[in-house]
Amino acid sequence: MKTEINWQQVASSSTEVAATPQLSDNFFGELLQETLALTRRLFIQLQRRPSTLVAGIIQPVMWLVLFGALFQNAPQGLFGATTNYGQFLAAGVIVFTAFAGALNAGLPVMFDREFGFLNRLLVAPLASRFSIVFASAIFIISQSLLQASVIVAAAAFLGAGLPNAVGLGAIALVVFLLALGVTAISLGLAFALPGHIELIAVIFVTNLPLLFASTALAPLSFMPQWLQVIATLNPLSYRSNQFVIFTYIVTGD
Amino acid sequence: MAPAILIENLQKSYGKVVAIQDVSLLVQPGEIFGLLGPNGAGKTTTLRILCTLTTPDAGKVEVSGISVLKYPKLARQKLGYVAQEVALDKILTGIELLQLQAALYHIPTAVAKERINKVLDLLGLQEYANQKTGTYSGGLRKRLDLAAGLLHQPDVLVLDEPTVGLDIESRFVVWDFLRQLRASGTTVVITSHYLEEIDALADQVAIIDSGLVIAAGTPSQLKDQVGGDRITLRIREFSPSEEADKAKYLLEQLPFVQEIIINKAQGNSLNLVVTPQSEALISIQQALNNASLPIFGIAQSRPSLDDVYLAATGRTLMDAELAAIANFDPKAKKQQNMR
Repeated sequence: MKTEINWQQVASSSTEVAATPQLSDNFFGELLQETLALTRRLFIQLQRRPSTLVAGIIQPVMWLVLFGALFQNAPQGLFGATTNYGQFLAAGVIVFTAFAGALNAGLPVMFDREFGFLNRLLVAPLASRFSIVFASAIFIISQSLLQASVIVAAAAFLGAGLPNAVGLGAIALVVFLLALGVTAISLGLAFALPGHIELIAVIFVTNLPLLFASTALAPLSFMPQWLQVIATLNPLSYRSNQFVIFTYIVTGD
Repeated sequence: MAPAILIENLQKSYGKVVAIQDVSLLVQPGEIFGLLGPNGAGKTTTLRILCTLTTPDAGKVEVSGISVLKYPKLARQKLGYVAQEVALDKILTGIELLQLQAALYHIPTAVAKERINKVLDLLGLQEYANQKTGTYSGGLRKRLDLAAGLLHQPDVLVLDEPTVGLDIESRFVVWDFLRQLRASGTTVVITSHYLEEIDALADQVAIIDSGLVIAAGTPSQLKDQVGGDRITLRIREFSPSEEADKAKYLLEQLPFVQEIIINKAQGNSLNLVVTPQSEALISIQQALNNASLPIFGIAQSRPSLDDVYLAATGRTLMDAELAAIANFDPKAKKQQNMR
């Protein structure tokens, strides 16, 4: 019974080091190894095809500029005594950007399914197939945090001021939890739906309606009754609340 | 010693479509086992079950004595699977893909580095190692896929249609490589609908059709069962039909000749089925010589696996292929293959 391929006869004459792989007790070591390798793949893709990230940074900045202009003349005090609309909007855009990015997390997995690359992962003796989920989550969370940093910087540039350390921490925490949860949902969809057309359709009908029916762009008091009900139920409004985040803003002086 | 692969009474349906009716296979360690059959015969489904990508409706599947259904993770370590469709990440370079593959099989980094270097050498991929796989030709892609399947040094390498769509040169590279693998003790299972491929490579063959094993054994055994040698005779490059008829009449008198068909599509050449014997060619030459008929070409061969297939199913593999193409439903196929 052979346990090693005798490659020496065709290749170099160096001695083979490793024995046959065996089912290891080192569960966490293996999980870490495969998760890091899968995450690395996603980051290599991003590095060589940065267009999605570039678009993912330009878009929220556009939101800030355009919606900021749209609501420029909103009555003072509508967003709380110390908060201006720029601050209110920045929080909403951060949350929405993290949400939209995470909602797209299932797409690469869906394409892996369609192209058969996923089979490569499924025939491998993975310690746990959750490593596929972990890798996506790590990637999306990193990307969302990067986007959030840019939005905070852009908002500051546009006059909203910079949050203090506690505010920044709160932003990071909210982005982390939101990206994690929505990534999980998106990956679930990627495995449940028949193909990428359907997944894109779901993303399409979810994304913008959820944005407009939330407190990301305007406060509850701004809305008619029925929309208030929807916005209250909308997960996008459940960001540990933009007021909490931006209460900690150091407002210029 | 446990057989490399043991499959007993495997069954699998997709909805109303029966992919596998009843398949049993026995593969011994260190042999190349060929699964031959037309498209849609159930070859790929069998391999997908073997490699834990699909579960069967019924049946027993073991790899090196390990139940694939009970211990899928253990079985995955023993198996290398090279799918029919080469699925590479085109953004990654060859070496990055192999590094990913090594990590998925938990090969320590230092060992992986050495092995990657070796498989790159072995498959002639060194000079392309740092190029993105998106730039690879079909042959290169297949070779990289093979390299990836081998990194963890599996007991059994499973290849689904390894040379479909490859140029002749790449095909021979793959054949050579599989023979080298066998020489070093790896069990190789391949599916193919190319007769020559199975004939050239396989130690053992199972022919499957409509989800059933219709013949199994060594290629030699299978051909012996069909019986008779084949002789192709050309009187001239393009023989007039009177001459062909005359030769046919003459040769039918010979005691060892069982059957003669005149093949009009090939310049009225004569296809003979004869009882195997050493003097057949000489006797034919003498008979023609005595009647002052020339000989442009004459060749003797054993029955092909196609003759075996024909004897078992009543149709040639080519006919079965054409029928399968007519019934092919790409959408259903894609759904089956997606996970």
